[in-house]
Amino acid sequence: MNQIAAIAVHAFKESVREKVLYNLVIFAFLMIGAGLVLGSVSVGINDVALVNLGLSAISVFGLFIAIFIGISLVWKEMERRTLYNVLSKPVARAEFILGKFLGLVLTLVVNTAIMTVGFYAVLWFEKGRLGAADLAPLEAVYFILLQLTLVVGVALLFSAISSPALSAVFTLSLYVIGNLLGDLRALGEQSGAALRALLRGLTLVLPDFAALSDIAPAARGELVPGSQIVSHSLYAALYIAALLSATIVIFERKDLR
Amino acid sequence: MWAVEITGLTKDYRLGFWSRKRKRALDHLSLAVERGEVFGLLGPNGAGKTTLLKLLLRLIFPTAGSATMLGRPLNDVRVHARIGYLPENPHLYDHLTAAEFLNYAGWLCGLNTVTRRDRGHQLLEQVGLAESAGVPLRRFSKGMVQRLGIAQALVNDPELIFLDEPMSGLDPLGRRQVRDLILNLRRRGKTVFFSTHILPDAEMLCDRVAILHRGRLQGMGKLREILDSSVESIELVLQDPAAQALEALAPFALASVRTGDRVRLELAPNSDLDAVLAAAIRAGAHIASLNPVKVSLEDYFLARIEGSGSPATHGQADRRGAERE
Repeated sequence: MNQIAAIAVHAFKESVREKVLYNLVIFAFLMIGAGLVLGSVSVGINDVALVNLGLSAISVFGLFIAIFIGISLVWKEMERRTLYNVLSKPVARAEFILGKFLGLVLTLVVNTAIMTVGFYAVLWFEKGRLGAADLAPLEAVYFILLQLTLVVGVALLFSAISSPALSAVFTLSLYVIGNLLGDLRALGEQSGAALRALLRGLTLVLPDFAALSDIAPAARGELVPGSQIVSHSLYAALYIAALLSATIVIFERKDLR
Repeated sequence: MWAVEITGLTKDYRLGFWSRKRKRALDHLSLAVERGEVFGLLGPNGAGKTTLLKLLLRLIFPTAGSATMLGRPLNDVRVHARIGYLPENPHLYDHLTAAEFLNYAGWLCGLNTVTRRDRGHQLLEQVGLAESAGVPLRRFSKGMVQRLGIAQALVNDPELIFLDEPMSGLDPLGRRQVRDLILNLRRRGKTVFFSTHILPDAEMLCDRVAILHRGRLQGMGKLREILDSSVESIELVLQDPAAQALEALAPFALASVRTGDRVRLELAPNSDLDAVLAAAIRAGAHIASLNPVKVSLEDYFLARIEGSGSPATHGQADRRGAERE
């Protein structure tokens, strides 16, 4: 446990010292701030536009950050051979993966929290006050965080088996497909038996990012039922556990030449 | 009990896109390292030294064979709490300072905060980096990286230390410091297993050496025995000898060379020295020195490497390796 904490804190420290991260957060703030301009030219829907744009900015820039740090931190340790220093200590390979994952999640939580504070500051500036109805975007932020944690899990898995460029492509592709699972299901229902079975299988296996998206209801100020929060959290936790298990199994057998 | 015991360790690397080709990097290696000794693993580049260390540290996995460290099998990573490792050309984290890096290394070893801080200060002092404790590692020279690499290997005060080319990148002063450090570790009863291709370092530090070439063990033994038992000839130096003295000693000499007012006589290694000295004294010669001419580690090493054309039989050396092959 001590070793996992050490690796997590180190991974967090490493990612927060990446200059790219700050650039992405600054861009996110610019996007969130742009909601003020967009809101002022949208008659009657300025709050909706502001929440939509703000949450989308948190989601998109969070995705960039998740992919960037998810694919690079483990790969860099292997490529630069700094991993030799870690694995020659009493650290199991599974502990290394878990520590890295927790460090990356910690980075995402802190970044998302900072962007959320920026978002609420803009919302407060626009509305003059914040009320109970403004909790809905917070729920959406929680779901975004679940999505990003899943993305980090996927990125870690790919980074254990391929180069950063390929890992980025695979992770982004999976994210896009995972957001289109509803369309895949619909396509399956209109297809022949074989394709239907294939698409059905795919929709069961692939991560359902669409189910974890709550931006549109949040923009309308609709709160998500508690049962949905629990079920989605459970889904994300189980999927992440499966991803981490697969990553550990692969990493346990990897020669670090 | 052995500090390290290796039995038939073999490593094949898969090559090519489909991993169909294989290259044998280590071939049925068996050896054992005693506790408290400084053991040198010698061999030219590509001999398999780094492969062996990586196998022991479980950075790569063996194709065949087994090994134990401090009595524990390799898959027991908890034994690493009692082990230190300096990789060849260590790579450190650019974003950390030297003090932060040692703190991280200590944390990975399970040390508490106070111990980590104290050990960090002490080790930075020991390797001559105390003044650079707060400097980011991206500004470190190669020699400084090597010193810090050694410091991290010692952060947990290990019983068994693996050093892969520890002198690499160091200036003469740094090399001397590392030599002193290894000797100090031996005085404290630690086991040091280090690989090198710099033979004078091995000659100065090792209790025993093993020679590796093309992944196979070519020879192993106590350095003292290798060097002491390898007397090639005996050198007798006479100071300004008279012609009759040289004549009296001629039957014993294989060769003689005059340099200034001194004459150096080369005697057979099994010469009857009592008879030689008696003859010299009788002839009134003034003896300047009498020395055995031993084979150097370099000669031994080269003989093993050059004689390894068909090395299949050499690899089966006695694991204890106390005797020369």
